[in-house]
Amino acid sequence: MSEIDVRAAAEPLDSIGLKAVAGAAAAALVLAAPFLASEYWINAIIVPFLILSLAGLGLNLLTGYAGQISLGAGAFMMVGAYATFSLQLRVPDLPLPLALVVAGIVAGAVGLAFGIPSTRIKGFYLIVSTLAAQFFFEWLFLKFPWFYNGNSSATISLSRGLSFFGLDLNHPHGRYYLTLGIVTLLTLLSFNLVRSQTGRNWMAIRDMDTAAAVIGVPIVRAKLQAFAVSSFILGIAGALWAFAYLGSASVQSFGLTRSYQILFIIIIGGLGTIRGAYLGAAFVSLLPLALDWLFQYVFSGRVDAGLLQNIQKAIFGILIVWFLIKEPEGLSRLLGLRRANGGRRSLFPSSLKEN
Amino acid sequence: MKRLLIAALLAGTVFSGTAPASAADVSQYIPLPTYRVGAYASSGELWWAGERDYFRYINEVEGGVEGVKLDYEEFETEWSPDRTVEVYERVKAGKNGSPLAFFFTHGTPATYALLEKAAADRIPLIDPAGGKTETVDGTVFPYAFPLLFSYYSQASTGINYIASKVGGHDKLKGLKIATVYHDSAYGRASQPAVEVLAGKYGFENIQIPVADPGNEQSPQWRQIREQKPDWIFLRTWGVSTVVALKTAQRFGFPADRIIGDVWAGSESDTIPAGAAAVGYSALAPYPGGTGFEIHKRLKAEILDKGKSDLRDPKLFGAVNYNIGLVNAALAVEALRTGYKHFGARPLNGEEGRWAFEHLTIDDKRLEEIGFKGLLQPIRITPHDHEGGGAARIQSWDGEKWVLQTDWIKADHELLNPLIKAGAEAYAKEHGITPRTPETETN
Amino acid sequence: MSMFVETLIGGLLAGTMYSLVAIGFVLIYKASGVFNYAQGSLLLFAALTFVTLTDQGVPAFGAVALTIALLVATAIAIEKLLLRPLTNRSPMTLFMATLGLSYVVEGAAQGIMGSQVRALNLGIDDLPIFLGDIMISQFDLIAAGVALALVVVLSLLFNRTRIGIQLRGVADDTRAALSLGIDINRIWQIVWTVAGLVGLVAGLLWGARQGVQFSLSLVVLKALPVLIIGGFTSIAGAIVGGLIVGAGESLAETYVGPFLGGGITSWFAYALALVFLFIRPAGLFGERQIERV
Repeated sequence: MSEIDVRAAAEPLDSIGLKAVAGAAAAALVLAAPFLASEYWINAIIVPFLILSLAGLGLNLLTGYAGQISLGAGAFMMVGAYATFSLQLRVPDLPLPLALVVAGIVAGAVGLAFGIPSTRIKGFYLIVSTLAAQFFFEWLFLKFPWFYNGNSSATISLSRGLSFFGLDLNHPHGRYYLTLGIVTLLTLLSFNLVRSQTGRNWMAIRDMDTAAAVIGVPIVRAKLQAFAVSSFILGIAGALWAFAYLGSASVQSFGLTRSYQILFIIIIGGLGTIRGAYLGAAFVSLLPLALDWLFQYVFSGRVDAGLLQNIQKAIFGILIVWFLIKEPEGLSRLLGLRRANGGRRSLFPSSLKEN
Repeated sequence: MKRLLIAALLAGTVFSGTAPASAADVSQYIPLPTYRVGAYASSGELWWAGERDYFRYINEVEGGVEGVKLDYEEFETEWSPDRTVEVYERVKAGKNGSPLAFFFTHGTPATYALLEKAAADRIPLIDPAGGKTETVDGTVFPYAFPLLFSYYSQASTGINYIASKVGGHDKLKGLKIATVYHDSAYGRASQPAVEVLAGKYGFENIQIPVADPGNEQSPQWRQIREQKPDWIFLRTWGVSTVVALKTAQRFGFPADRIIGDVWAGSESDTIPAGAAAVGYSALAPYPGGTGFEIHKRLKAEILDKGKSDLRDPKLFGAVNYNIGLVNAALAVEALRTGYKHFGARPLNGEEGRWAFEHLTIDDKRLEEIGFKGLLQPIRITPHDHEGGGAARIQSWDGEKWVLQTDWIKADHELLNPLIKAGAEAYAKEHGITPRTPETETN
Repeated sequence: MSMFVETLIGGLLAGTMYSLVAIGFVLIYKASGVFNYAQGSLLLFAALTFVTLTDQGVPAFGAVALTIALLVATAIAIEKLLLRPLTNRSPMTLFMATLGLSYVVEGAAQGIMGSQVRALNLGIDDLPIFLGDIMISQFDLIAAGVALALVVVLSLLFNRTRIGIQLRGVADDTRAALSLGIDINRIWQIVWTVAGLVGLVAGLLWGARQGVQFSLSLVVLKALPVLIIGGFTSIAGAIVGGLIVGAGESLAETYVGPFLGGGITSWFAYALALVFLFIRPAGLFGERQIERV
């Protein structure tokens, strides 16, 4: 029995009823969003926010739950996007949803391969393996024209667009519901996964791998599982980023800055929580817009534009440092969403314990 | 005011009053995706200064374009195509009552990323001396404008210049010409054209890639020393150009045998290379210098009045600044063409496309706007979205760029079949039926 | 054969430039256990400050002095505002904090001093020297000499001075050092300053070669494989690692690159580092206490 059940049983009934109503209202709001928000909000903010959340979720399984640091999130997204493109081009009979699943599996297999070094090394040393993936795939997908079908601009796009078993999704609403559906499905999957034996194994390895080995957690298998599952989700997020958000993509869409962005999402949102990915993604999607708006409103025309842009960059950096100092468990805790009895845990236990 | 009346009258005769009377009060919205931050900020900073200075000059000195003021706004992208897509989504519906007549992508990767979105939204993408070369064919790509000088033209003009240096095209036979390129879609864009040119003139075509960012190039230049090419066509961007020039010097390859392309030929490339860049030449659809008429006007009206966006006045007339001026002028002249046809009010994307497809800037007009020598004569049609296809050649003397030639045309007869074939393949893959502009009504 | 030797020597010399960047990492890692991602940004910041000052007409000597003063101030600020509040946090948290720091340093440096590329002339001509058939770059030779001199100075600092010995104490056992009354915060400030100085030297050499501009900060990505190969805690390792990466890249691009279409330097160093990881996880000169599964 999971903690959630225990907690729910202990709560008074009317509170549960209230929660159900609130939940239903939230669900209705999410479903009706395209009819409430403008096309700009759907296309430029909500859809990328959902996809970034999914990518953050994928990385969080690996880094937040299993404790394996990765700077290669972009690489696995890239693999997913290029695999989807190849499948849609070369296996035209495969419907899009299945193509996405197969692409996710390809990305998962690649993630597994680059996760093999994790069975021998950890910490910083693992950064090298994931960075190697990052640079290698940037080179591979640009170097060999087969991957982008010889297109002179080296970009990939789905010539037949998005469809779901015959349903045309090539409009803002279609893209929104496709993204929403996939993100919801994978979030539920992750939710169950982290509460299963697999998830508990991951957390055991993260918190103390020697002890985990002693109590019989299959360390190698669990680590590789984490790499595979995380890359599977990242791969699907990459395909959505390329085809549901951008429309077309190149290796630059999944460069090192993308990997950092995904990492920032889970740091800011909260490592080792499902909702952290959503909060972090909301933060990194909205902060630049808010800063943009604020600066144009406050300083419009009076301060040099180059200086303004650099100040924005510096502010972003300051906020990251501030979060790490003030709230290492991220927005998730700051907003009081974490269980009160959860206590403060040390993610990435160091040789010097917190006191 | 007089101009406004004329414009209104024109609008009246052409469109019999479809434009609301108050529409001229609305400014034309022009979003500018910029990169003042990140790896390419050194070119960006000057580029936006040029664009902003010219738009400001049009607004404040000429009272707008046919009376319509320009409302320009910057958005930082760090040259990331993804962030440019986001900017595009933010602005495509227009602002303050003004629709979007066109969208400057300010970068080839961003143009690639937006190609299909913009076609669906019917918003012209403007990417002078860049973009996807096949989009020169406006029948397949109505909403993409690689104005001035496509990547194929860049290759062809470069080879034509080398031919003029060696004493004619027949002397190219047996020469070795190596292309050192930034290993990206941008760097490779000229390859098909060079291949065709090598076939036609019989020179040996050597292609040498430099991995991004390109700050260590010894292996590449050692390879060049081994193969001993006669000329080098340098198609790098950002720091890889500086390092290429410096490494060429170290390996004893003479700078006066290196021809840079458009994006490898600015002060940001030559000044840091120091002595290694002396004698280096580059294709210049955007020549550097302050000796053009427009610079006199801008100096008097903008710079001397402290209204310039330039941080360092020494860089007035730098190649990147002039890129901004020329691009801004192309936009202004296209809008003018549109306002004369549709009436002096903000244009939407489809009207913007019409305006660009009917943009003609002849020598007389170049004199009037003060761009003689800085901009080549332009004539864009629905079949030809490039409209120019020539460049001058400038050489670096250690202090400044010195113009060596007048406009050298690319070999369009040779290139057009290549472009046509590429466009047809694209049309087939994407199920596009090429339009027939002759049958269109306006 | 001469081609091979030339490629090898050229690669080794280029590798000393990587070593210079890697040394800055090693210093900070030894003293504070931080993998300092912002080293590249600090390098850019130092070089940009120097060039901006000389452009304003400040003589080179004065510019160096002012730059050093600024680096000291920066090190103190980083220690007080970033390291101290993050004391006893995990290495991963510290690493991510330095990622944030790199944004701050880059934003501030370019915002204040502009993002134009600046030329930097150290008065060293980059002309070829020929030994028979073999060509060697004069600039690379001098850069290698500078790296060597720097290593000598740093080892003197570590082995012969009181501060150096305290530094080593902190690196070996932080708690023991604390209990002996060593002011660890001051040690951190000193180490970050020294790392900044190493960054200044590296930044000036790299800047002379490619102009002082944003992409200087990207050399940090080349330093990571160097550290993996050489070990995070050894200056000698940083030198040897740099040489291996430099030579390996150069030989690979020349002899393997053509079969793969070229342009493989972007990932080759990482592949090399991965191979080393499997053979010697602690790096060639690293301490044996590496976390292994």
